Amino acid sequence: MIPVNFDYYRPDTLKEAVMAYRDIKNAGLKPYYYGGGTEIITMSRVGNITPDAVIDIKNIPECYEYGLNNGKMVFGAGVTLTKIVESGLFPLLGKACGRVADHSAQGKITLGGNICGTVIYRESLLPLLLCDAEIIVARADGLHKFPVMEALNSGKRLQEGELLVKVSLDKEWAKEKYWHIKKVKAEKIGYPLVSVSALSHQGIVRMAFSGACGFPLRIAEMESAPSPGQNEKTARGYILHLPSPVREDLEGSAKYREWVFQNTIAEILNS
Amino acid sequence: MLHLSGRSNIVLDVNGHPYDVNVRPSDILLEVLRNQLGLNGAKPGCENGDCGACTVLVDGWPVKSCIMLAVEAAGHKITTIEGLKNTPVQKAFVDKAAFQCGYCTPGFILVCHALLQIHPQPDDSTIESWLQSNICRCTGFQTIKDALGQAIRQNAT
Repeated sequence: MIPVNFDYYRPDTLKEAVMAYRDIKNAGLKPYYYGGGTEIITMSRVGNITPDAVIDIKNIPECYEYGLNNGKMVFGAGVTLTKIVESGLFPLLGKACGRVADHSAQGKITLGGNICGTVIYRESLLPLLLCDAEIIVARADGLHKFPVMEALNSGKRLQEGELLVKVSLDKEWAKEKYWHIKKVKAEKIGYPLVSVSALSHQGIVRMAFSGACGFPLRIAEMESAPSPGQNEKTARGYILHLPSPVREDLEGSAKYREWVFQNTIAEILNS
Repeated sequence: MLHLSGRSNIVLDVNGHPYDVNVRPSDILLEVLRNQLGLNGAKPGCENGDCGACTVLVDGWPVKSCIMLAVEAAGHKITTIEGLKNTPVQKAFVDKAAFQCGYCTPGFILVCHALLQIHPQPDDSTIESWLQSNICRCTGFQTIKDALGQAIRQNAT
């Protein structure tokens, strides 16, 4: 049971959604955009958040765009992870989405919710960091486009009141060789010790990872071509270039995480 | 724009019947099914989206009803375990004795039923992925997998 009452809004347009957010906020209340709602429900239930209003984006067509459009793959923020997995449009993104939570939950979790939520891992963002993807964001003054690397890498977030509408990227990225490895403390379902998405582009292996720090991260300047005998050193270099200390929590100690992270990078470079 | 505040009347389509219910926007589907409609097949377990005991089908796909607001479910077709009758999966669960205490059984049956509707001949990886959504605290996983195997084989004939 959710022990608080909140209002429920279901706007039909992007403008209605961002205006509703602004008006509720201006009234001194706490609104939340609502996609799949899994995080909002579970956190409200235990009192971690106390929304005054949720703004459900399910009736907004732009948030449900999905497929190819003028040579671009387009994924609306309201599209569920299951749809991304089942369609196979972008296999690397499907692989990453297919390892978030469990299968039934993936039918409820949306791409936008996973990218913008408060759970730190946000693993569906990893493939998008690798592929020069762009996000479309709605604000009160209209739509804005940003490179994912600029807007969301290394702990960056959308601004208060901004609504993620969709993500787009060139369809050619779906043809590149890719890896997605998620390592958890036990079994298959759970928060990651580390998740690494990687993609080979023009001989260089791009990598983005989650779990090592408190946010998804791509360190583009560290990326290089695999080189037998040097890959372990490259993997060590990633550790040295992390912008914050390796995480330490109940999933794993910092030392253990560091070891798993380094081995996972080397495993990809050696494969 | 739809705006609901306080208690509101909505219609839920459950097992093919329209039901008028009076809900708060923050009421979750699981509570409404159990407390207002008397459909106790969906079980409260973790109530955190982890265990799958509360699984129902929404438009044919498994959803944990503890992580869905009742107001979100309006306009969709909801199937609870009470809405399944004599399906191959139910028969297979009986044949293979795929339950111990039975608390997780409705959720597992609904996941297996949906799997066979959407992927009539699933591969091992798909089976593993779908079944990992649910937890059997009695650890009766092998017989559940055996039951699903029987239903898949029956599907093929």
